[in-house]
Amino acid sequence: MMTHGFTTLFKKEILRFWKVSFQTVAAPVLTALLYLLVFSHALAGRVEVYAGVGYTAFLIPGLVMMAMLQNAFANTSSSLIQSKITGNIVFLLLSPLSHTEFFLAYVLAAVVRGLVVGAGVFAVTLWFTLPPLVHPLWVLVFAFLGSAILGTLGLVAGIWADKFDQLAAFQNFIILPLTFLSGVFYSLHTLPPFWQALSHFNPIFYMIDGFRYGFFGQSDVPPLTSLAVVGGVFVLLSAFTLHLLRTGYKLRH
Amino acid sequence: MAVPALVIDHVTKRFGAFTALDDVSFSLEQGEFFALLGPNGAGKTTLISCMAGLTQPDGGSVTVMGHRVATDYRAARMALGVVPQELVFDPFFTVRESLVFQSGYFGLKRNDAWIDEILDKLGLTSKAHANMRTLSGGMKRRVMVAQALVHRPPVIVLDEPTAGVDVALRQSLWAFIRELNQAGHTIVLTTHYLEEAETLCNRIALLKSGRVIALEDKTTLLQRGGKTREVALRLAAGASLPPDLAAWQLGTVDSEGWLRVLLPDIAQLDTVFAALRQAQLTVQDFSMRDTDLEQVFVQMMHQETPSV
Repeated sequence: MMTHGFTTLFKKEILRFWKVSFQTVAAPVLTALLYLLVFSHALAGRVEVYAGVGYTAFLIPGLVMMAMLQNAFANTSSSLIQSKITGNIVFLLLSPLSHTEFFLAYVLAAVVRGLVVGAGVFAVTLWFTLPPLVHPLWVLVFAFLGSAILGTLGLVAGIWADKFDQLAAFQNFIILPLTFLSGVFYSLHTLPPFWQALSHFNPIFYMIDGFRYGFFGQSDVPPLTSLAVVGGVFVLLSAFTLHLLRTGYKLRH
Repeated sequence: MAVPALVIDHVTKRFGAFTALDDVSFSLEQGEFFALLGPNGAGKTTLISCMAGLTQPDGGSVTVMGHRVATDYRAARMALGVVPQELVFDPFFTVRESLVFQSGYFGLKRNDAWIDEILDKLGLTSKAHANMRTLSGGMKRRVMVAQALVHRPPVIVLDEPTAGVDVALRQSLWAFIRELNQAGHTIVLTTHYLEEAETLCNRIALLKSGRVIALEDKTTLLQRGGKTREVALRLAAGASLPPDLAAWQLGTVDSEGWLRVLLPDIAQLDTVFAALRQAQLTVQDFSMRDTDLEQVFVQMMHQETPSV
């Protein structure tokens, strides 16, 4: 049941990032644009990953997804750690919001930020080329699930971290390598066998591969496999996060 | 019989080897104005955290308006408004946004009339659209009080609400809180300003090292200090006590010439004046006060007192 408490927290989390949209939306769009400028100019015409698909077009879905994932993570993790460190989390903890409402509001707000940033990145990349959109529903499903997973992971990081540098470590040593080594800039088939095998343990690889399938109708692994992995990861991670919230881990002493 | 506003039932809380609350029990009837006093580290804030569900006790239970905090948390939190001790705020939002959000967390959709009223009562109307970051410490404290009241809780807990705020706010805050108390709200107050507790509260609990060492109505507690009065006499600079008075162990003359004596019986004042006259000492100024809560507090904190 969607309660007014949930919708209030959801709106508040959206307003929080929207009030600083120059930093939370415009900046990541610019970053993605710079990646596209550099990589497309350096590699366009030299690399053809899928038959009939130019490198710039191949790169766009990866960059869109990477921006969505990183910003969904940043939304929940930064909001929660700021609230914990400044102490204003107490206003939420004093309220009758359930742990499920808390979880849904934070994660859905992260999904919204992910989708807004993703749409922004996609819009500016149209200046370079227009990738095909073979299965738009798959694009939406993977965009939603990918943002939701990283939003949930941001919630876990925000709950766990007591200091900003712990959160930065989580982001720099876990999220960033997983994102960069997930096939944003390349196809899995271009990697040596060892790295190909290792990539199958990276859930972000399935998010990007499934998302890319929605654009080109081609992927490194079957899209249903990607959907199963991504859906499974979301369910497991959500259950774990709900457990942390229900027990009050690092929030209620 | 009305359900008690608050029941603290054998609550114990440990942080590692440190026992913050040691088997604390008491209850409050609805409409009480109750003071929870004690020195720093006595366990007041930990106890309030247990009431609010911010801290889970290791033993015992807390019930707010008949709802157990641990199991019936939604109803218990709906019944409780807490002003935390730390000055905390969300820097992203204005005063009104903060109150509208807090109201929404409690499921209240159309609460603008009450929000306007508490803004007015707490002198925040002109700051309603100001960002929280731009407010002074006192103003931020007022917003915290407003946030605690936004859902009209029957039980209001104020954890040192006047720490670091000016006299005008204190007066307006207490006038408003008194009004709420008269309207039937139960108030729990912790403060280091003991004169506030003495003026406002009907019943007082003293907490020391996580244990309740006194729990009585204000009049009874003040009588613990006996009928002793503190008398201050200002003598000429450099005066030394006459041997008769020194033998009475009435204290010493301070650097400004003040001699403070505690008289269990006011009739003894005559004897003091007589001894001073005999020593040819002139009394230049004089004041007298009855036993107050501060004296009782200091007295009880310095003696070995079993928990009640």
